[in-house]
Amino acid sequence: MTNPTDPAAPVVEMRGISITFPGVKALDGVDFRLFPGEVHSLMGENGAGKSTLIKALTGVYGIDAGTITLGGEQVSFSGPAQAQASGISTVYQEVNLLPNLSVAENIMLGREPRRFGSVDWRAMRRRAAELLAGLNLDLDPGSLLGDHSLAVQQLIAIARAIDVQAKVLILDEPTSSLDADEVAELFRVIRSLKEQGVAILFVSHFLDQVYEICDRLTVLRNGKLVGEYLVEELLRIDLVQKMIGKELTVLDDLEQRARSVSIDESDAATFVQATKLGRRGAMHPADLPIAAGEVVGFAGLLGSGRTEFARLLGGIDRADSGELSIGGRSTRLRTPRQALSHRIAFSSENRRDEGIVGDLTVRDNIVLALQADRGWARPIPKKRQDELTQSYIQTLNIRPANPDALVRNLSGGNQQKVLLARWLAIAPRLLILDEPTRGIDIGAKAEIQKLVFNLAENGMSVLFISAELEEVLRLSHRIVVLRDRHIVADLENDGLTVDSLLALIADGSGDDPEAPDAAGGPLLAAAVPTTPATPAPAATSAPTTPSDPTTTDPTGDPR
Amino acid sequence: MTKLLDAPERPARTGGRGGPDNPAARQGVVRSIRNLLTSPKYGPVTVTAVLFVAIFIIGGVRYRGFLSGQVFLNLFVDNAYLIVLAVGMTFVILTGGIDLSVGAVVALSGMIAASLLQTGWSPAAVIPLILVLTSVLGLLVGLMIHIFKVQPFIATLAAMFLARGLCYVISQSSISITDATFVQLAVARIPLGGNMSITPSVIIAVLAVAIAVWVLHATRFGRTVYAIGGSEQSGLLMGLPVARTKVLVYVISGFCSGLAGVLFTFYTLSGYPLTAIGTELDAIAAVVIGGTLLTGGYGFVLGSVLGVLVLGVIQTIITFEGTLSSWWTKIFIGALLLVFIILQKVLTARRR
Repeated sequence: MTNPTDPAAPVVEMRGISITFPGVKALDGVDFRLFPGEVHSLMGENGAGKSTLIKALTGVYGIDAGTITLGGEQVSFSGPAQAQASGISTVYQEVNLLPNLSVAENIMLGREPRRFGSVDWRAMRRRAAELLAGLNLDLDPGSLLGDHSLAVQQLIAIARAIDVQAKVLILDEPTSSLDADEVAELFRVIRSLKEQGVAILFVSHFLDQVYEICDRLTVLRNGKLVGEYLVEELLRIDLVQKMIGKELTVLDDLEQRARSVSIDESDAATFVQATKLGRRGAMHPADLPIAAGEVVGFAGLLGSGRTEFARLLGGIDRADSGELSIGGRSTRLRTPRQALSHRIAFSSENRRDEGIVGDLTVRDNIVLALQADRGWARPIPKKRQDELTQSYIQTLNIRPANPDALVRNLSGGNQQKVLLARWLAIAPRLLILDEPTRGIDIGAKAEIQKLVFNLAENGMSVLFISAELEEVLRLSHRIVVLRDRHIVADLENDGLTVDSLLALIADGSGDDPEAPDAAGGPLLAAAVPTTPATPAPAATSAPTTPSDPTTTDPTGDPR
Repeated sequence: MTKLLDAPERPARTGGRGGPDNPAARQGVVRSIRNLLTSPKYGPVTVTAVLFVAIFIIGGVRYRGFLSGQVFLNLFVDNAYLIVLAVGMTFVILTGGIDLSVGAVVALSGMIAASLLQTGWSPAAVIPLILVLTSVLGLLVGLMIHIFKVQPFIATLAAMFLARGLCYVISQSSISITDATFVQLAVARIPLGGNMSITPSVIIAVLAVAIAVWVLHATRFGRTVYAIGGSEQSGLLMGLPVARTKVLVYVISGFCSGLAGVLFTFYTLSGYPLTAIGTELDAIAAVVIGGTLLTGGYGFVLGSVLGVLVLGVIQTIITFEGTLSSWWTKIFIGALLLVFIILQKVLTARRR
């Protein structure tokens, strides 16, 4: 473990922290330090204990063993309120704000300016407007939070966190729902806070972001400390290996197979054909054929129509124009149930609200769709349920491998796998995956990508939506580019690069060689490097991150 | 930047529709009205206000003497206790909870008042005692809900049976009140000029409403009530005093039930164990018709007052009609409640 000499004393020092949940040792003797004026990243796979460590620091969980020192004094917080009062502010991965209250209140709640015991609304709005202006957000502080998009809500959460005179700012996956511009914006805010001496704990699955913004990082694996490193001294490939603890060969393998599968099998029958399918206010009428066994990738920004169009195909929203034919027969999808009867499954990007059922067990979540499909009168025998669950737990490597665990207690990546298992259980012919890899770690990501691949090889069509263009490029046979609710391009994935896709997303003139730099310029900085696990693929796919020596290192040195 | 982000939610109306002869200003008005109606915050309460005015006007057209100030004021006179109950219930429902005990607590308050006054207690001691006792009952319910994670429905159901049972412990039959102060308060009218008058109960109810509006709108406690209704988990992570607030809303509801019980005895001048059965449901109906979402987070005290007035005006119409049984009130209220709950669903769903 490197121990860089730093003259300043750490503002936070956690020593020998252990936390045990029923059946799981979530943290086992972990040490962690955070210095003022640094951006520190906490790295690890899903279930490594990152969230648990953060919650221990913010007083959400009590610790079973160890000590926490803040500014030289030993502390023990009984709850988030106390931690906040001591200067530890947190922005959680899932937006934890109140949709029913105004933007201003969401920022100021709990510390509203008061006059004679009354909340001073005018001062509160003014203060909130100042904070929003500081983040370059032009919002009406009086508007309801629920009226804004998820990304804006995330920035509002950050505005809330920096309003506290924070000594320590914890950002848990703050970028997972942000677009490139917003990420750049966030980084600007982080840098200015860093200059003011705030210690920032930044958790992200995007390696490029970590390498861009962080000074130091701590790696956890399976609830244990792997080590603390200076970012500039640690090669990416080494970092990935420390996080995963095994050689990262899955992705290389995948890459080769991706290219070997013949993209254009003309004998493949068209399974779904959308003709001028659209919905007012959501998506302009567009055509889209999907062949059996084909992986179609959607590339586009947030709000480009990528999710909206997928929802039409999945029967989630009703199309109000155009036609949809499934297996050659014209069909109208009014409900997801109808889509399911045609073996079209839609896995939402909004995992928490439209996906898992947190209070049910892994088993119940997995058999849910299948059971609904069979009808309640014909319950799936317990034995069959167990077999199904066991087989998916094994194939998808769901952890903990306990069919009776409540899904609520699983990490994000494992919840996603449970969700995938649910849809796979009904053997869909078209699986629509909206951001299936968002906010989950490299290992799980690789597994999900691999799975998509195998499924397509076995004849299932997949519609794959991801903000990570490299991921779309790696997996798709065909890529559909969307912008402003139009399909602007529909291309065979043959010689496409992230740059050319970005050019299309930016202004649609992909054939113009100058376009990437001219129009897509500001996007390139943060949008390109989204897929962290690109040790080998870079060789074949695209020279996207030009100045990164590690991406060309095919295997890395095993440790 | 935000323009880019918000774009998907507010699609720009592109040309073609409308045409040049359709002024943009009118479209703007239509849109803002639509936004108001589909807002989960203001939509239902606006509908209730319009409905109240409409019913009042219909009554005025149909019946001679309906459209008078005193008829309007009598809505307050007759329903002062219900207004106070609805105020307490609003706090509870805003947090996403429910309080089924209030009707029984009203009866219990009446029984305590009647029996203590009978034995010669001074009203100056009886009234504070009732308010303290009912607040303590509310505190116990709140603690039960908070500490043992009992569903509010169950905890307050238990409190309802307890309170109703205690009524019979005090007396099996009706006790009339002859105390001079109570009688005075029952018959006193405060003239407002122009042949109109109200009772002291109305002033107490209006005061309760005013304080509740201030507390909910302008204190940290009040905002925390809304926050809990929005998302208890988020409130907790934001460092808000969720536990304390959740317990306190039941104390407030208990206090309001006690106060409503006292106002009710001013109205009836007796204590009777079987009184106010089902009143908790009237209070809940008033709150819901007043635009508070049963899941919490959205709603206003003034909306609940409007809800009580709507219930009151329906009752008045049935009285004016003369030939209809008063049970028709229940049928109308039931239908109205159903319509409002569906309306809430439709309005909030359309927004998404």
